[in-house]
Amino acid sequence: MAIPAGVAIHTRGLEKRYGDAVAVRSLDLDVRHGEVFGLLGPNGAGKTTSILMLLGLTEPTGGLVEVLGLDPKRDPLPVKRHVGYLPDNVGFYGSMTGRQNLRYTARLNGLSNAEAEPRIKRLLDRVGLAADAADDRVDTYSRGMKQRLGLADCLVKDPSVVILDEPTTSIDPIGVVEMLDLVRELAHDNGCAVLLSSHLLYQVQQVCDRIAIFVSGEVVAMGTVAEVARKQASGAMITLEVGADGPGVAVGATLRAVPGVVEVTVDEHDPRLWLVTCPPATRMALVKALVDAGQTPWHLDDRGMQLSEIYQTYFSGTRVPPSHRSRSAIAPTPVAANVPARVDKAQMSAARRRAIHRSERRNSGRPDRGNKRG
Amino acid sequence: MDEPVTPIEPTSPEPSATEPLATPDTAATVTQVVDADDDGEVSDDPDAAAWADTSTEDDAPAEDTAPSVGAPPRIPSGWRVIAAKEFTDHLLSWRFTILVALLGMIGLFSISSVADEVRTAASSVSGAQGLFLALFAAHPQATASATVPSFIGFIGILGPVLGIVFGFDAVSSERAEGTLPRLVSQPIHRDDVINGKFVASLMTIFLIFVAVMVIIAGVGIIELGIVPSSDDFLRLVTWVIVATLYVGFWLAFAMLCSVVLRRAATAALLTFAVWLIFGLFWGLLGPLIYNAVAPIDPNATEAAQIAAANVQVEINRISPEQLFEELSSVVTDPRQTFLGIVSPEQANSQSDAAVLPLDQSLLIGYPQGVALVAETVACFALAYVVFMRQEVRA
Repeated sequence: MAIPAGVAIHTRGLEKRYGDAVAVRSLDLDVRHGEVFGLLGPNGAGKTTSILMLLGLTEPTGGLVEVLGLDPKRDPLPVKRHVGYLPDNVGFYGSMTGRQNLRYTARLNGLSNAEAEPRIKRLLDRVGLAADAADDRVDTYSRGMKQRLGLADCLVKDPSVVILDEPTTSIDPIGVVEMLDLVRELAHDNGCAVLLSSHLLYQVQQVCDRIAIFVSGEVVAMGTVAEVARKQASGAMITLEVGADGPGVAVGATLRAVPGVVEVTVDEHDPRLWLVTCPPATRMALVKALVDAGQTPWHLDDRGMQLSEIYQTYFSGTRVPPSHRSRSAIAPTPVAANVPARVDKAQMSAARRRAIHRSERRNSGRPDRGNKRG
Repeated sequence: MDEPVTPIEPTSPEPSATEPLATPDTAATVTQVVDADDDGEVSDDPDAAAWADTSTEDDAPAEDTAPSVGAPPRIPSGWRVIAAKEFTDHLLSWRFTILVALLGMIGLFSISSVADEVRTAASSVSGAQGLFLALFAAHPQATASATVPSFIGFIGILGPVLGIVFGFDAVSSERAEGTLPRLVSQPIHRDDVINGKFVASLMTIFLIFVAVMVIIAGVGIIELGIVPSSDDFLRLVTWVIVATLYVGFWLAFAMLCSVVLRRAATAALLTFAVWLIFGLFWGLLGPLIYNAVAPIDPNATEAAQIAAANVQVEINRISPEQLFEELSSVVTDPRQTFLGIVSPEQANSQSDAAVLPLDQSLLIGYPQGVALVAETVACFALAYVVFMRQEVRA
């Protein structure tokens, strides 16, 4: 089968069943070099199973997988030599130092000491493990430090494909930003193909060039964030951050008066900002209303974009694909669906505050989060 | 003090200790070589295309990473790397220290309790064959503590602890700490993990035995003034290998438990239970079984009685401890010319003066050795199969 040039991960009709239960159903995936691809879905949606099949660690029950043009089940060693994998809940040998753990990985990959040492040093610096922490026993590490070490560990082999399973789960917000920067750099500057799984919507849409939304083992939407949003959420509401000069009450009233606006609230983290829920087309009217009222708008931004809407729609169970309606085994429960949303919010606010800060510093009207590309 | 040092040289721990492993290991190495070749050729094409693609967008970094992809990867034999790491871990672990101390104390205790007898024997029959071996094999009988086993008897009972201690959490600890997915996603075969761990643990056990034997031999030489003959020395080396094989069975069994059972505590409990069954209760269970299967009928012919007795012996030999004791007895006693049941005529025909060379002794113990290795291989093979089919995910 002809694979388009530059495709690092290629699957067609990939399937994994455990008895009657379907963990992954008919997955068609193409991840190209130089792109960050996000697998998005609640826990238990089949993301990790898909990843394990890509690495040849679990045998697919059907379909085709090719990683770097090789079948991971038939040629596991070359595939694993070039694929860096950061597992969910990564663990290290507690009695060894971080550096020793990386050395072990380097040896397993057949790297000589001369090759490995400078690379390990560079990676430890890059992921923000200061030199002294690198020589502490991993026992003493926090979860976030282990996660950083994990990223360094999967890069030791200098991979051309990087697979990250829930890479940001236990890192603090600043660390998340750093890690996502690194992920983006890997793909865009080093030409790696990066596959990133997460249930944290906001991070995924920040960093991923394309996404696939997984529900109960099935991909329900795939494409760029904007495409997915457009395709799936036509008619859905968006949330805008609006900042305008003038007394708060008056601004609020102006916003509420615009036709189409559903809800107006004050942002809990930054009381100067208003959160306006409205159809996408209302933006113009909003700005016009503010200008007309003499309340000069100084900030207008999409927040969370429309993806969170889709995410919620799918995970709340109302848009579960037809093939799953009859089956309740792995279907996400409302609880599972709510958890990511809550975590998401906390991390969103931190990154957003940063963004606002930056926009003020630049003193320009349009804030730039610095990480939305094209 | 030549003797304590020399034992290490002529013994070759790996080939003998890893014999049951020879097939999977070599198989793994062969496939790795093939894989390495495969990759160099097969992956060239798509990679080249990929790099050509990216380089149009971004030149410098592509050069940075391209060589490693294009170059034929030197995929190491993973079990060696894993074995080296595990061996280091073992040597630095509290288990190692405790076990060396424990066995050392047992050795010194048993040597001091047999010292008097050996000294008496030495003065009466000077130059007797295998006198030095009595340090290890003789049962102290002179004192009231007739139940105290010899050093070799102690190993028969406590040897399994060594295997269990180094094996019960071999795989489950990797699973619990979350290192297993990371490990198997490196370019190694999955069986490298248990092969490497098995080899490393067996080497550690061998090392413990050598260390303890050297201590005992040294004390024996200094305190008793008995110097081992070359035959004695070879026999002791052989015995160390036999003991390592015996512990190897328990190591394989403990590793099987660590593969099957997710929790190390459960695995430890199960292995210790089985150890107790074989170590303490086999003497009670064995008769239960063979009295049902092959009872000795006093009215039957002599041949029938001997046949029934032989069945009983064979049932006893299911226990690895029985196999180990029989093997040890031929290896450490040149006068031991038979194992199992013999008729009184046969026994009488054995002259007391008959002393066997080592190769003849080994010939007698050969079936027991094979049985012990077979039981070890069976356990390890089962662990292997289960591990290969297991899900990696925690």
